[in-house]
Amino acid sequence: MIRFEQVTKTLGGRKVLDGIDLEIREGETLAIVGPSGTGKSVSLKHMVRLMTPDAGRVLVGGEAISEATGRDLERLREKFGVLFQGGALLEWLNVFENVALPLREKTQTGEDEITERVREKLRLVGLEKDELKHPSEISGGMRKRAGLARAIIRNPEIILYDEPTSGLDPVSSRTIDALIEDMRQKLTVTSVVVTHDLHSALSIATRIAMLSEGRIVELATPEDFIKSKTEAVVRFLEAQYITTRGSWEKHTL
Amino acid sequence: MITREPEDFPPPRNWVANFGRKVLFTFRNAGRAILLLTEAVANLRFIFSPRTRREIILQMFVGGIKSLGVITVVAGFTGMILALQTGIELRKFGQEVNIGAAVMVSMLREMGPFMTGLIMAASVGSAYAAQMGTMVVSEEIAALEIMSINPVRFLVLPRLVALAVMTPLLSFYSCMMGVLGGALVGKTQLGVAWVAYWQNATRYADAKDLYVGVFKAFIFGIIITIVACHQGFSTTQGAVGVGNATRRTVILSFLTILIVGYFITRFFYV
Ligand SMILES: Nc1ncnc2c1ncn2[C@@H]1O[C@H](COP(=O)(O)OP(=O)(O)OP(=O)(O)O)[C@@H](O)[C@H]1O
Ligand SMILES: [Mg+2]
Repeated sequence: MIRFEQVTKTLGGRKVLDGIDLEIREGETLAIVGPSGTGKSVSLKHMVRLMTPDAGRVLVGGEAISEATGRDLERLREKFGVLFQGGALLEWLNVFENVALPLREKTQTGEDEITERVREKLRLVGLEKDELKHPSEISGGMRKRAGLARAIIRNPEIILYDEPTSGLDPVSSRTIDALIEDMRQKLTVTSVVVTHDLHSALSIATRIAMLSEGRIVELATPEDFIKSKTEAVVRFLEAQYITTRGSWEKHTL
Repeated sequence: MITREPEDFPPPRNWVANFGRKVLFTFRNAGRAILLLTEAVANLRFIFSPRTRREIILQMFVGGIKSLGVITVVAGFTGMILALQTGIELRKFGQEVNIGAAVMVSMLREMGPFMTGLIMAASVGSAYAAQMGTMVVSEEIAALEIMSINPVRFLVLPRLVALAVMTPLLSFYSCMMGVLGGALVGKTQLGVAWVAYWQNATRYADAKDLYVGVFKAFIFGIIITIVACHQGFSTTQGAVGVGNATRRTVILSFLTILIVGYFITRFFYV
């Protein structure tokens, strides 16, 4: 679905991505983990062409988004729903209007159908009672959920999540995890989740990629990931109090 | 694309290289601002879509009507000062009735548009820059671009149209306030009757004074919007960057307004 071919990107005089090769399969949930500042967000930005690689290509459904322009780029971006770290809601619109925005601006959908679809998505993320509030009047977690509702309003094939659980309390984090899992089952989407939160990665991902110093040092299923002998992974796991000895049980959500 | 990728340049080798780079960047920014204007103009056909129309009216209100208070005060006092200064001199020759023409012509030609432009740049332009900058920092602009909602059409176009319409109107309003202020001083300090003042004012001012002033204000409105949006969109480095964008917007709009204003005057009156 998404393929990185030898993607290299230098930022601030440092090779943030150093010849990354990565294949994200249709229908899977790939979690990208790694220490802060290793280029997780940067790799996400390459998938929607908010950044262009210095060398290499990024393919979406076989087409090079890293070289697309104009209408082609627009068409490729339509496959995506992106949840930004802070939700990225427009401050002067209320939650309902924010979620409705892509439909109103980019489709000919009638107001009745818009209302219906927005309400449906808001129910899905548990914000049906807050549709008239403005982003400044709701909490960070609610903003993220509203951002998620907006990301999925046009039923994208691929959803990208940048730190969906960071800055949230454990309960809200698990709610978001459940939503991501839900989305995969109900909408059969391909998901890419960038996260610090290994618990979340282990419970929702079908595969986990570990980024370190510009390279993918491990790419495995959650079961294999915690058994990994790669040094960077072991250190990362230990830092989050996940021992590599016992077996990891998936959260039941 | 509005979201720009971060750029890296090696530190300049010496002050000549540094100066050269600054000059190049200035030209590049000017070019980018002009491209932004071009794109906004290319999107003008969308001003009749219901959403854009609503947004334009909102921006006219926010940017225009809310500046009325300060413009009234500044323009009124400017007219009073003009009347007082010229009136004191003219009285020596018993010509104090001519303050009417003096105030009217200088307000219409220069003071009205300039004052309105500067006030709008400081209040509305800086607000636009801060808003765009904040939207860049919180990734709202990036989100719009991923949703393929053109930020120029969505954000710049309504503001551009609103200011291009409101600045001339406010400029005309400021002229009237200035003339009123002048009349007040004429009546109370110089003993010029209302009617005599008004007749004198309208006898010497002609239509050209009016439309050149209005045209100037129209151009100033465009300059303010484009400078503010361009600076806002170029924001980097979080909240500090938003502050910088705002400051640069005010300074750059002031400079551009003064320079362009001079050339418009020269074009029409020389
Ligand atoms: N716009 C930018 N300008 C300059 N450097 C950047 C920019 N964006 C990212 N970088 C650099 O790229 C590196 C990776 O950044 P990135 O945001 O991808 O980190 P991350 O893995 O997402 O970290 P975190 O977990 O803290 O979000 C950082 O060292 C950062 O300094
Ligand atoms: Mg990040």
